[in-house]
Amino acid sequence: MFLINCPYCGEREQVEFNCGGEAHIVRPKNPPDLSDDQWADYLFMRKNIKGVQFERWNHSNGCRRWFNVVRNTATDEILKIYNMGETAPNINGDDPKTPSGEPNIGSGNISSTFEKK
Amino acid sequence: MTMQKKISFSFDSKKYYGIEGDTLASALIRNNVFLVGRSFKYHRPRGIISAGPEEPNAIVQLESGNITEPNVRATEIELYEGLSATSQNNWPSVNFDFGSINDLFSPFFPAGFYYKTFMWPPTFWKKYEFFIRHAAGLGKSPELDDPDKYEHVHYHCDVLVVGGGSAGIIAAQLAMKANLKVLLVEQNKTFHLDYLPSNYEKEDFSNEMIELYEQYKINNENVTTKKLQGNSKILLDTTVFAYMHSNYILACQKLKSKNLRQRIWKIRAKKVVLATGAIERFLTFNNNDRPGIMLAASAYKFEEIYKVKTGKKIVVFTNNDSAYHAAFKFWSSDNGEKNKDKNRLVAIVDVRKNSDSFIVKEAKRLGIKIYFNHAVTNTFGRKKINSVIINELDEKIEKIIGKSIKLSCDLLCVSGGWTPTVHLFSQSKGKLIFRKSDSTFIPYKSFQNEISIGACNGTFDKEEIFEETYNKMKILIEEFGKEIIDKEKYLNNKEDFFPSSNSKGVTYKTFSYSFNLNNMKNIWIVPSNKNFGKTKMFVDFQNDVTAKDIKLALKEGYKSIEHVKRYTTTGMATDQGKTSNINALGIISQFSNKQIHKLGTTTYRLPYTPVTFGALAGRHVKEFFDLERTTPIHQWHIENNARFEDVGQWKRAWYYPKEGEDMHQAVNREVKATREGIGILDASTLGKIDIKGRDSSDFLNRVYTNAWSKLEIGKCRYGLMLGDDGMVIDDGVTSRIDENHYVMTTTTGNAASVMSKLEDWLQTEWPELKVFLTSVTEQFATISVNGPFATDLMKKLFVDYDFSSENFPHMSLKNIKLNSVICRVMRISFTGEKCYEINVPSSYAKSLWSKCFELGKEFNITPYGTEAMHVLRAEKGFVIVGQETDGSVTPIDLDMSWIVSKKKYDFIGKRALNRSDTIREDRKQLVGILTKDPNLVLEEGAQLVENISKTPMAMIGHVTSSYYSPNLGRSIALALVKEGLNKKGQTIYAPLPNKNIEVQISNPVFIDPLNERLRA
Repeated sequence: MFLINCPYCGEREQVEFNCGGEAHIVRPKNPPDLSDDQWADYLFMRKNIKGVQFERWNHSNGCRRWFNVVRNTATDEILKIYNMGETAPNINGDDPKTPSGEPNIGSGNISSTFEKK
Repeated sequence: MTMQKKISFSFDSKKYYGIEGDTLASALIRNNVFLVGRSFKYHRPRGIISAGPEEPNAIVQLESGNITEPNVRATEIELYEGLSATSQNNWPSVNFDFGSINDLFSPFFPAGFYYKTFMWPPTFWKKYEFFIRHAAGLGKSPELDDPDKYEHVHYHCDVLVVGGGSAGIIAAQLAMKANLKVLLVEQNKTFHLDYLPSNYEKEDFSNEMIELYEQYKINNENVTTKKLQGNSKILLDTTVFAYMHSNYILACQKLKSKNLRQRIWKIRAKKVVLATGAIERFLTFNNNDRPGIMLAASAYKFEEIYKVKTGKKIVVFTNNDSAYHAAFKFWSSDNGEKNKDKNRLVAIVDVRKNSDSFIVKEAKRLGIKIYFNHAVTNTFGRKKINSVIINELDEKIEKIIGKSIKLSCDLLCVSGGWTPTVHLFSQSKGKLIFRKSDSTFIPYKSFQNEISIGACNGTFDKEEIFEETYNKMKILIEEFGKEIIDKEKYLNNKEDFFPSSNSKGVTYKTFSYSFNLNNMKNIWIVPSNKNFGKTKMFVDFQNDVTAKDIKLALKEGYKSIEHVKRYTTTGMATDQGKTSNINALGIISQFSNKQIHKLGTTTYRLPYTPVTFGALAGRHVKEFFDLERTTPIHQWHIENNARFEDVGQWKRAWYYPKEGEDMHQAVNREVKATREGIGILDASTLGKIDIKGRDSSDFLNRVYTNAWSKLEIGKCRYGLMLGDDGMVIDDGVTSRIDENHYVMTTTTGNAASVMSKLEDWLQTEWPELKVFLTSVTEQFATISVNGPFATDLMKKLFVDYDFSSENFPHMSLKNIKLNSVICRVMRISFTGEKCYEINVPSSYAKSLWSKCFELGKEFNITPYGTEAMHVLRAEKGFVIVGQETDGSVTPIDLDMSWIVSKKKYDFIGKRALNRSDTIREDRKQLVGILTKDPNLVLEEGAQLVENISKTPMAMIGHVTSSYYSPNLGRSIALALVKEGLNKKGQTIYAPLPNKNIEVQISNPVFIDPLNERLRA
């Protein structure tokens, strides 16, 4: 159980928070103009990276505010926390290094081969 | 020795006596009980092999009835008066076990036996399983309610020290002296500090040996924790069993208090010091599992701490120096007539060719019989060891040479080296490295803010421990910005670091080894004079895995250590392979010719030692298991004989049976009363969200399917909320209180999730909107007054108010004062009757409810519960989100396209309603269902088919709601049916195993389709 430094409340236990999935998925401004595929892309397609992932988190059992978290999903290291609406920081997301030193391929380390169409 | 209190206990129904301070294991040995259990697969007799949590054999069922606990290690239970324990895995008794016939058939029980044997025919597994589960298995789970309590405590500290051996105590003292908040956790009820056998024969030993022992002799009389400073704390009898992320650590404390059995400590430490020690390794030789074969240091511990005699004729079998300490304990040069039994040591059997270490030289000088380059190759004695065979080894220690020598003995002490207890380090995700010199894995790279010191770091020599502890603690303390005490001062006053008086009245007995493993000779498999295939060399005692099984697994193609583990089940018993994992690895390495560090280790998982469900649950049991929410009117419901149903966390009145009524009768009465007189419902559980701000109307336009901007102040509107996938997620009535002020109601179960979802949109997608959401669910109670006489009651309640439909039409809201309290009254309806929902501040709810009853008597006012509410709304064809919908239903499917705005450019879910899938015309659609037999009520969830002439029948839909309608005098149902809207009038079937029920698809509105009752 890791700790999350809520930008509004400070460091709290993970159980106080909810993860809202991948960050920086913007709802299109012109839905009627989009094809079914484009809409499905917005609606359903999410990355599930072993390694550095940009996520939305909500302090649901606290201040109820949403914010962005850059987290290494392999190690649960939190690399950066920033507010909603801010642009994504430039953090190298290629290294899914695990604490037990698993190889980069296998064990779910296939993020680089999974691309949005 | 002072007279100690005798304590009686029973094992397998036989009464014994131990003395105060004993563990169950030491007390059994005191009574010469060595046979304590039967092995898992072969039911071989097994005895106590260790004195600590690593024990694989002495696993007992503690107590019986409601306080029984299975799979408890006898080595960890402190003896108390009246303790009762039974051995496990035997029938009818541990002395005569029917299952031991498996031992004779052991060639037929190879690795993967069950996988291989019980595969065919596949459908038979269920039958096999019953017998296998019955035959195997360890203890029995308790079946009665546990009368004891368990609790959880949160704790924060600067430094958590795990383990109260010498390294841990020094580390704790250094940190305390630097004014840090320290928590020291020790699994035993005492600290173990001393390196000195207490009553060894001084005159026998050389001065150097005595000096070695005396050098670190610590006053072990009544030592305690005097030197604890500040807000530091010591927990004894407490085992750390989990090391999780961000230095979050769980420990389980055994308590002696009467009703409180265990306490879980949830510790968050800034830094963690692991000083968890090491576990002695067993050696893998033929028949190494007989009762009376024990780890050398454990035998020493039983003798030294518990003062029990473990044997009279003892052979020590070792490959390293450490077991010589134990040998000295058993040895005496005085073999005079008077002290015939004084020397109990038969011989030391040492795998090594020789050793020039000081301790071995001392043994030689004393004249102890040492068989170098020899090994124990077989043992005898069914229920207790009586002799061993030893043989000389060849150059490569792979074969035996020379003649067998038989040594008779009643105890065989074994030491195969030491395995650092790296479990917690590994749980913390630290990386291990293999050390060749003593063939062991030691901590290498930390992942968390933690250090390992002492034996768990592979440091066994005292001097080195002192040095290492100081150096590592210096860095740790300096990272806090504090200063460590001077090194010279520390080295000169080491004893000063150990607790040394008895201010708290706790006595600590002491025990520890110091040794060097540099000259140990590692041996994974001890050769035997028997063909390897015929040997029984146990690796995992608890799961009965032999070296032979591991070889077979490799031969059958298993390569990964994780696969070999699962196939052979080595290391998978309740002891999690504390004594066996490293030996299994070594054997795999030897057979596969692969270096051990290339194999890696299996994953160390929590918990380190088994934890009871009671401890994990803590106080979260029974009424505290989950939150229970009640409305302000709840007490009235109880007093009026309501039955309750759970809706989310809410307790809602379900129905109110009168004397002699069953549920069916009560619900029918409530439903009829509502349509004929007045029905009154406590609707306080509905979610209520207060919406304020400049952009409130715009916001509602975005989250609801219909238009909101033109709703007049004081009017209400029904809204349907979708997800962006177009599926219905909630519905409810929203009222406009003011230009920029609305109150939204949500379904009871979805109140929290709708609130979260709305916040999500506001904060992340539309931060430009000025809208503020506040949950007011609990601030307002809602009383729903329904029925043809509802207005009459309202007139009596709010005396001077004009309730005419001109002033107060359907779908409008009025603030009406009752005395000084402002009530928000909405004229909306979920029953199809004329209805007023009175929202009042919660504290007035109960008195208003009672007043309604007083005034409503003449109209036969009847309270109705959620069941009648369901019937009433189903008669009107109103949907319930979550019952008619299941996350795959669009408003179009519900035939509610009237509520979906065509004009709005966008709202949540709009685009998805035009996806190729959602515009299909053959989707499942909401319809009514009437059974041909009006008295037959369908099961909710019943499948619906068109064609019953052939199987398999294609399912075209299912029943979502089904009730008996007393107003119609027949059953009614709602269903989702493929293309149902085009099939009204058609006959379909609900097939059951013994009959097909004929039903007709109908309009889902069964009563008053023109809404005349509403407006009357």
